[in-house]
Amino acid sequence: MKHLLEVNGIHTCFMMDGKKVRAVDGVSFHLDRGEIVGVVGESGSGKSVTMMSVLQLVGAPGFVESGTVYLDGEEKNLLEYDGNSEKMRSVRGGRIGMIFQEPMTSLNPVLTIGYQIQENIMKHLDMDRQQAKERTIEMLRMVKIPDAEQRFDYYPQQFSGGMRQRIMIAMAMSAKPDILIADEATTALDVTTQAQLLEMIRSIAKETNTAVILVTHNLGIVARFAERIYVMYSGSVVETAGTRDIFKHSEHPYTRSLLRAIPRLDDPRDRILIPIEGLPPNPALRPDYCPFYDRCEYRKPECAKRNKPELEKVGEEHYSACWLTREELRQKEIEIQNTPRKAAPQKNIGSEKVLEVKNVRKYFPVLKGIMKRKIGEVKAIEEITFDLHKGETMGIVGESGCGKTTMARCIMRVYRPEEGEIKFSGVDIAQMKDKELQPYRSRIAMIFQDPFSSLDPRQTAGSIVAESLLINKSCKTKEELNRRVDELFTLVGLDPGLKDRVPHEFSGGQRQRLGIARALSSDPDVIICDEPISALDVSIQAQIINLLEELQAKLGVSYLFIAHDLAVVKHISDRVLVMYLGRVVEIADAQQLYANPMHPYTEALLAAVPEADPDVEEGKAAVPISGEVPSILNRPQGCPFHDRCSKASERCRKEVPKLMDKGDGHMVACFLYQ
Amino acid sequence: MEKENTVVQERKEAGYSRREKAVKFFRVLFKRKLVLISAVGLVLIVLMAIFAPLVAPYDPNVQSLMDALKTPSSQYLLGTDNYGRDILSRIIYGARVSLIVGVLAVGIACAIGTFFGMLAGFFGGIVDDVINRISEAIRSIPQIVLAMALCAVFGGGIINLSIILGISNMAVYIRMMRGQVLSIKETDYVMAAKLQGNKSLRLMFKHVLPNCISPIIVQMTLQVGQTILSEAGLSFLGLGISAPTASWGSIVSDGRVYLMQNPFFALAPGVCIALLVIFLNTVGDGVRDALDPRMRGRL
Repeated sequence: MKHLLEVNGIHTCFMMDGKKVRAVDGVSFHLDRGEIVGVVGESGSGKSVTMMSVLQLVGAPGFVESGTVYLDGEEKNLLEYDGNSEKMRSVRGGRIGMIFQEPMTSLNPVLTIGYQIQENIMKHLDMDRQQAKERTIEMLRMVKIPDAEQRFDYYPQQFSGGMRQRIMIAMAMSAKPDILIADEATTALDVTTQAQLLEMIRSIAKETNTAVILVTHNLGIVARFAERIYVMYSGSVVETAGTRDIFKHSEHPYTRSLLRAIPRLDDPRDRILIPIEGLPPNPALRPDYCPFYDRCEYRKPECAKRNKPELEKVGEEHYSACWLTREELRQKEIEIQNTPRKAAPQKNIGSEKVLEVKNVRKYFPVLKGIMKRKIGEVKAIEEITFDLHKGETMGIVGESGCGKTTMARCIMRVYRPEEGEIKFSGVDIAQMKDKELQPYRSRIAMIFQDPFSSLDPRQTAGSIVAESLLINKSCKTKEELNRRVDELFTLVGLDPGLKDRVPHEFSGGQRQRLGIARALSSDPDVIICDEPISALDVSIQAQIINLLEELQAKLGVSYLFIAHDLAVVKHISDRVLVMYLGRVVEIADAQQLYANPMHPYTEALLAAVPEADPDVEEGKAAVPISGEVPSILNRPQGCPFHDRCSKASERCRKEVPKLMDKGDGHMVACFLYQ
Repeated sequence: MEKENTVVQERKEAGYSRREKAVKFFRVLFKRKLVLISAVGLVLIVLMAIFAPLVAPYDPNVQSLMDALKTPSSQYLLGTDNYGRDILSRIIYGARVSLIVGVLAVGIACAIGTFFGMLAGFFGGIVDDVINRISEAIRSIPQIVLAMALCAVFGGGIINLSIILGISNMAVYIRMMRGQVLSIKETDYVMAAKLQGNKSLRLMFKHVLPNCISPIIVQMTLQVGQTILSEAGLSFLGLGISAPTASWGSIVSDGRVYLMQNPFFALAPGVCIALLVIFLNTVGDGVRDALDPRMRGRL
């Protein structure tokens, strides 16, 4: 036994409609003590199921068909034990700790957090209640929960999402495990919180010599934190190597394509993303040959005639599952480099302002009792001021709860702002009544975050796209309507023949295209994109980003692009607006903002974003920001950021800084620059 | 050839015609054997009620005290009741009353309840408060007491009885629909439709209602049986259908006492009610699934 954990040839199947569907198709990996290993892949690639198979957590209708799991110190293959046996129960939570994605649901709400951790300790370590309590408090201190002793008797709902995830880490680490599996553990959290947590996991792992498996879809996270990486695609590991090798000398076509498809913070302005065409194969219909063949740019006809390729050694600790030789790959690479790509679409930013937002404020009343007495206010957004030119893209970034969506909804006039102007082509729509608004509705459209919930499941694709045409009576005859719908379908790259299908018959990317077609149908001047790609897979994201850019060049629409992925925002935006706790803290040209952030919050945010490049990551200082985003209910006095800011002065605690132009349209709200 | 092509093209552009849609709906609906069998069963029950005079072997109301409480024989297939009336004939005629009361009452309850539930959920605020208070008031009175009070005011008879039972049952639908609407209203697709400039009415009927009906259909099919029994209860108290007229519920309640003498007296109409509910429920489930495009291709 060379390694701490050796997993070989895991095959896991799910019974679907009487057929065996292989979700994990022969995955092997190993892990050494104190090592941090990343497992990356798109959704459905089988990364989570692999981990669950190792722990025998796969429930019916799924089962582990074959494979071996050897854990150092256990004599037998762990898969030979029954899933519910004493042995497996002591391995799970004892020798292997786990943290899951949803911090909101992975703690039991009716038990105190102290009790839950204490139970775990008593089960796995030979301790009595008092000792276990002491260890619990020690663990809570380790994950930097302030006032650990008092917090022992708190319930999960008294903590924020980030805090709960810390508690999960404390619980997972409490039984002194040898291995910690973090399955998308920070995906649901904000970037700054995510960076803090991962940093903490790393330092705890190094201190206690615990091995960590980071399961994620985010290439940036593994680039920053992992030492070795497994890249998974359609149920198999396609490439594995040290982190630097994966990013700098990737061998497998999938890894290479993936790296070409993601935007990066240090991209030049005109970089075009090269999406991976097509969709990942449905596991039920996966071919016998290489599963990536259909989407592979390097493929040769022979690939389809051979079996699925196995991992082959291509370098020091570097394995890739591809039939092509390095020479063939190299030649093809040159060919691909030389194929002319579509140039980045040319933008035409007009001088005319389509949207002017001035001093917008929206408070939500907090009501209590039957009489609905107003007992307070949630100050969702305050003093929002910016403008948007024709054909321009304004990126809006900020952590969750900072008021991005509230702002979008005020502009869409779902909410009526308490104060301020929203001038749309010179007309103030902020206080208009529903009737008066009618003519403006069609000129601002929206693309939603979740392509699954934003399309009416009972309407056909055609009628979803046709709806606003009907409402606005913009087509006189039925033929004209149909022609227009076909046109819109073609515009967003969908086959008009799919008009009669209902949304659930489309893939995520296709649905988002439908959402875009719907937004375009009324020929709007402004489209608000509310996190339009964050629910999509990495390889699909590039397709949608490119589509949005092309459409803008073609139609001259303006975008308000809301997102939390800063690399994507930088890629698509001309200017970027940074929000913090309901206020605008900085507005600047995209390139300038990223090169030269002025506000301390912007700086911290940019440093917290993990990038898919180990070289860049190495140069970065550790977590530059402490604390979490305070609740908007108790916004700090003065500058909202002062309590997390290292440069805060006395003045910051008392006064709110105003947004000031520092030249070239770079606006910042900070006393440091006044 | 060319002409044919343009015809196909045109039809494609116009989407499916109404007729095609209907054909498609029934094809999906009857793909499951159980649904088909249940639908046939339902049709048989309805035909039986309509053609009762032709189907029934005897007059359901003619008494023959000599033959009272006979067990099944070739003369009386299901035996006779305590007045010597043929039970089979009474069941066949009783189907008329039970079907009308069951379906009509549930239809009324559902129509009113769904409508007000939708208003309450959709508009919220004062509309919601008023509708909710009324529905809570109705729910707080025991159903049979409420129905009795209404019966005493409006009098008996099949139609009156159906309306009364409908009103006393509608609170369930109000509550159910309101909950559904509240959650559907918050979805992104309703928001998207609103932002496109849809008027409230269109929004409500085109986007909200179709996504809310699944649990309503299930509730409706289950409630038919319950209503048929409630009718018997009211009739037993002298408030529903007057004495000689047969209904399934009333035969069950009459026969309860004579279980030892002729078990079929109570059992046979009971089985009929059960069958009706099972058929309705199966067909209801089928309709729900066939209407749901998410189930398309899975059935």
